[in-house]
Amino acid sequence: MSAHANLERRRQAIYGWLLLSPAAILLTLFAFYPSVATLWSSLFSRGTRRNPTEFVGTENYAELFADPTFWIVVKNNLLYAGVTIPVSIFIALSMALWANGKIRARGFVRTAYFTPTVLPMIAAANLWLFFYTPGLGVLDQIGSLFGLPSVNWLGQPETALWAIIIVTIWKEAGFFMIFYLAALQTIPEDLKEAADIEGASRWTYTRRIVLPLLMPTTLFIAVNAMINSVKLIDHLFILTKGGPSDASKLILYYIYEMAFAFFDAPSAAAMTMMVIAVLGIVAAVQFLYLDKRTHYQ
Amino acid sequence: MKSLTKFMDSFGAILLAIIWISPLLFAFWAATHSTSDAVNLNLFSPWTLENFRVAWAGAPWLKYFINTFMLVTVILIGQFVLTTLAGFAFAQLQFPGKDYVFILVLMQLFILPEVLIVENYAMISRLGLFDTILGVGMPYMASAFGIFLMRQAFKGVPIELHEAARIEGCGLLGILWRVYVPLAKPTYLAYALVSVSTHWNNFLWPLIVTNSPETRPLTVGLSIFGAPENGVDISIISAATLMSVAPLLIAFLIFQRQFVQAFLRAGIK
Repeated sequence: MSAHANLERRRQAIYGWLLLSPAAILLTLFAFYPSVATLWSSLFSRGTRRNPTEFVGTENYAELFADPTFWIVVKNNLLYAGVTIPVSIFIALSMALWANGKIRARGFVRTAYFTPTVLPMIAAANLWLFFYTPGLGVLDQIGSLFGLPSVNWLGQPETALWAIIIVTIWKEAGFFMIFYLAALQTIPEDLKEAADIEGASRWTYTRRIVLPLLMPTTLFIAVNAMINSVKLIDHLFILTKGGPSDASKLILYYIYEMAFAFFDAPSAAAMTMMVIAVLGIVAAVQFLYLDKRTHYQ
Repeated sequence: MKSLTKFMDSFGAILLAIIWISPLLFAFWAATHSTSDAVNLNLFSPWTLENFRVAWAGAPWLKYFINTFMLVTVILIGQFVLTTLAGFAFAQLQFPGKDYVFILVLMQLFILPEVLIVENYAMISRLGLFDTILGVGMPYMASAFGIFLMRQAFKGVPIELHEAARIEGCGLLGILWRVYVPLAKPTYLAYALVSVSTHWNNFLWPLIVTNSPETRPLTVGLSIFGAPENGVDISIISAATLMSVAPLLIAFLIFQRQFVQAFLRAGIK
């Protein structure tokens, strides 16, 4: 009997590793090895024909910290995250409350909110180009109705990043809405009835009952919005290319430029390591929150 | 009073909805009118399909469509095979080291493929896959997210069915294929919708590893077509943009419920 159990255990181990191996190989090739290789190459100097690469320790990092563009990009990305995260959460919540309520044309409203989610960021950027173009763009046309001067939204440092931020919010709010919508549908009807009997206003009901019940969803969405604030940069390629004078450049775009336009792989690697560190912190926070959420259930 | 708030709700919701789809509506407007009529918002100007004709002739769109189609297909097949096998191993088999490997897989969830573009590019070149569709798709095949999703789906399968199939003389792979895979159909559908719409829209990675019209997907083709250096005007860009989003957009409008369900299922694990 024990011999049989032993055989079965060994069989399971062999099968387990066999089934796992294709995924394990690809994960190693395209996630684990590249992560280690990035760390490794961030510690070496950039090789030229005369000077071969050599170990320089944290010099690449020090150089990056001394690079004023790096700090502009970091500041831009913090502003990008600091605005897109709360605003898209707020809009997503408003959308969900409306789309869940008894309103007219609910089907149309839901579709309209969600549609940007299925569009590629590049297409979204092209659509918005029509709004932002100076002189011809829709925004300028509306402005001229009120006698406002033409504004080059994408071409001046004060507005370029904001134009980028608006496109991002437009793209992600409808996606976040569906998670709120699903969560709203799990709130029992009798809570609303009880609140009505107690004479609570709609605002009180929303603030005291709905929002706390939506808290786990809000945290989930916040983590996703945070990841998006690193990841969503495609529209930069169409709208501003990070300009004018780096005013709308974000970290991932700068990494791309470093590596594929300036061929400075060590600096790109050092910056990548910092992004991975930030994502790691986000991950840790999410794990902690996931632990907490299980207590609700 | 109550009907007033109700009216205000409908009003606000519909106003926001109109604002939200206005970029698409304007693009549609611009694409179906001549450039000067489009920018002057001349409401009674004649409709035309000329912009679509010019845009279509301006780039190898058919090739781009086929490339994107091949790309999402290759990725989806790879993902289905790899995540099914790995998800099954994690869900139903006991073997030493399983928990550690699972934690490693979960870690990949947070190292975005987008962040590792530099090293992944080096890896693809080393494998000789630069400028191939397989090279664009490969980094996404062993998706940690998919493995996690499949593991959850397989965990929900009653063990009695597994035992019954075994008594009938089914081997392990037979059980996986005949019992687990059919029961996880809704998860496969959800995963397919999320995967296809993600990769149909993906841009940065394909931009880096493709270098010719032979492999370039739609998004990269569109970005090159619309580049200001090419001096294409707004009506033609709008036509090209609508053309390239049309298949996914139409599919979404028809299967809206399934799309939303898929994203929900994929998000809330």
